Amino acid sequence: MLGAAGTFGAALPFLVLLVVGITFPLFGGGYWGVIATRACVYWVLVSGLNLVVGFAGQIAIGWVALLTLGAYTTSVLAAGNVMPALSPYLALAIAAVVGAIFGLLIGLPALRLRTFYFAITTLGFATIVTQVALAWQSVTGGGVGVPGPIFPEPFSSQWGLYYFCFGLAALCTWMTANVAHSRFGRALTAIRDAEVAAEASGISKPALLAVVFLFSGAVAAVAGGLFAALQSYITPDAFTLDLSVLFFIAILIGGRGSILGPLLGTILLTVLPEFAAPLVAWSTFLYAVLLLVIVLAMPGGIAEILDFQSRRPLESGREIVPRPDLLKQLLGAAPNAGALTLEQVALSFGGVRAIDGLDLEIRPNQVHGLIGPNGSGKTTTLNVISGYYVQQRGAVTLNGTALPALARHRRAHMRIARTFQTPRIVGSASVLENVMIGGSIDGEGTFVESLLSLPRHRRDEAMLRDSAILALAAVGLERLAPVRADRLQHSELRFTEIARALMLRPAFLLLDEPAAGLSAEEIRRLGALLLAIAGAGTGVLLVEHHADLIFDICHHVTVLNLGKKLAAGTPAEIRSHREVVNAYLGG
Amino acid sequence: MVESIVSTGMAIGCIYALIGITYNVMFTASRVFSFTAGTLGMLGGVLGSLFIAHMGMPVAAGFLLVLAAGAVFGIVTEIVAVRPVLKSLDQHLYVLSTLALALIVQQFTAIEWGTEARPFPRLFDIPRGGFDQQFWLPILACVVVIVGLELLYRHTLVGRAFLAISEDNYAARALGLPERSLRMASYALAGGIGALAGFAGGEMLLAFFGNAPILTFYGFVPVALGGMGSNRGAVVAGILLGLFQQAANFLVGGIFASVAVFTVFIIVLLARPEGLAGASLQRRV
Repeated sequence: MLGAAGTFGAALPFLVLLVVGITFPLFGGGYWGVIATRACVYWVLVSGLNLVVGFAGQIAIGWVALLTLGAYTTSVLAAGNVMPALSPYLALAIAAVVGAIFGLLIGLPALRLRTFYFAITTLGFATIVTQVALAWQSVTGGGVGVPGPIFPEPFSSQWGLYYFCFGLAALCTWMTANVAHSRFGRALTAIRDAEVAAEASGISKPALLAVVFLFSGAVAAVAGGLFAALQSYITPDAFTLDLSVLFFIAILIGGRGSILGPLLGTILLTVLPEFAAPLVAWSTFLYAVLLLVIVLAMPGGIAEILDFQSRRPLESGREIVPRPDLLKQLLGAAPNAGALTLEQVALSFGGVRAIDGLDLEIRPNQVHGLIGPNGSGKTTTLNVISGYYVQQRGAVTLNGTALPALARHRRAHMRIARTFQTPRIVGSASVLENVMIGGSIDGEGTFVESLLSLPRHRRDEAMLRDSAILALAAVGLERLAPVRADRLQHSELRFTEIARALMLRPAFLLLDEPAAGLSAEEIRRLGALLLAIAGAGTGVLLVEHHADLIFDICHHVTVLNLGKKLAAGTPAEIRSHREVVNAYLGG
Repeated sequence: MVESIVSTGMAIGCIYALIGITYNVMFTASRVFSFTAGTLGMLGGVLGSLFIAHMGMPVAAGFLLVLAAGAVFGIVTEIVAVRPVLKSLDQHLYVLSTLALALIVQQFTAIEWGTEARPFPRLFDIPRGGFDQQFWLPILACVVVIVGLELLYRHTLVGRAFLAISEDNYAARALGLPERSLRMASYALAGGIGALAGFAGGEMLLAFFGNAPILTFYGFVPVALGGMGSNRGAVVAGILLGLFQQAANFLVGGIFASVAVFTVFIIVLLARPEGLAGASLQRRV
């Protein structure tokens, strides 16, 4: 998507900051050195929190608790008031491990709880950590506090400590930027903005969030150790909720899903109060006002202001011209997965029988149409297959094996892909990135490999990018690859979803009203594309209202009414079925 | 000692319960949990001390002014932090907007009122001793609010309209109920209840800006335990929480009490995110 020039353009601000940071002692005086060190320390924490808040969209407002934890762990271990004194580096490393564990513990509720509950959980944790620090006098010194660690030469001087912190900050920037441009970063934004699409692409939210919380907790605790070294003496008073607010707001001012934005936000919020001494007392107040303004008026933050590319107008009169001939190359050899079978499946909501004893068989190489009036159970059928509901009776089997109940993300591993009635897209990501999300499970590298940009990570990226470009070309959208997805038209979003689903090289493709909102010409092209997909060996289940499309391309049609099969057969048989014509087609 | 644990625990528990009810009243009107619930409690204490102890107003006048200020802050919350984001597709925005508003007020209080806890005036000029007013005032306030809300919701037209918009917003609007005015009224009511909690508990909690985040958290625990939107559940859970906290404080120390409350809270939320007495499942696809 980006040429060498584009990559350089994206890296330029970071290089400028790197040069400024390295040469800073040449023009910054003593007090500014403290401020600059503080900005680096804060960024070490914020860089990790950014993955939680900015990318995964989890509202963690009490992250100061991990800073506190790291500061006390490092200080207490290095001071040796509980056990023999350790080297400050070892103390810092142990703090990172402790931080990772607590990061995971605080984060765990986010796997089940949404937004406010998670926010209040982190707030509660922050309240409690401070109370414990105050009350546990034998270890933390209570209100009197403990001295911070002193790192040995060459990091003992002011500038020495600065370079130590700056180095770690630069490292964190590099690592989180690597994650942001990996399948993990894309999966996090998918969890944030289109959770069901993430599940359908095989992304396991618990596993992914768990690693991110581990990482974020570790760097936050390291930041705590550095913070204690910078303060040289710590008391519970130093860790107010104001700090949490600063971290949190730096990310939102910067913009969600960006690395540069929150980095600039952190520098801005650390430095700003220093320019106007009277402002210091009011700083948290002003941050809060800023937060309100951003939420209400500028949800994209600094990153959106800097995103010049997305302000260029897109060409008008765009056409989607799929190229079904590319499908063979994209989908590879025809998968032989047997048939996807529903037997006597029934599901009621309260007293309403949404599906009532449904039999259905989707075979490879065929387009199977599922039609029926509103409320006849079409989408419910799809949701049972993809694991959102569990049937109360009957069985859903793939080649004779029952599909696991409610394990949505495991469907992708069985090469069952789907699209949604309302397109589920990450609006702030590019079309290409959205499609790459669909291939997440084909990546082989681990999170740590992405963090450090090791060869397997780079191979995964190249592979996913090539497949995604191919998939976009196949559905006819390759020219829109670099565009932000929220700038697309409705019909383009529908084809984007199909491209994302094709990334799975699906044995079965479930489509929920893909023709809704498309023009007649687009519907015709969609039909040809779906036939070609089936021709490549995929079994297609098509839920649709457009009778013409169904009768044009389906090999087999099932008609539902009130959750029951009204008729099944070839399009010709259905068209002449008296009950169907009376109940549904009209005639 | 048992007597002291029970009276303090009941009183603190009733304050938590009242903040929980504040959450609930706002929640039923808008499906929004607002971070301003604890801020209202803090304001009740600070404003009560300001009006009565510092400006020398009569207790009754100060009390009414505190309630009015709470109601106004409730309405401001609705206009500034809730209404603009209700229609937004991004459903978490209300968390940020109400958090921002809560922080603004909390920081403003810290700067203008000071970061030290200041005493709250004695409301009735009667000698201390035994079951003191600082214990029975919060309990009385809680009883009055619960009975009042029950009467309002069950026996008045306005109260039934409140219930209607909380049950089914669209249907209520289709019937011609003024949804926006009812929501504002709910927020005003919640504001009054939150301020009352801080006012009645002023002598125990003192007039202290730092009460805001503490009440925001401990006031939400009864909501989580008692079930979202259930006022009776909040009262029972709030009182249990207060008693447990005080008992643990006396018997095994503060660290254990805080950690235990937090752990129970997390476990309940994880096991039953909709609360011990609630049930809801949202359709996602």
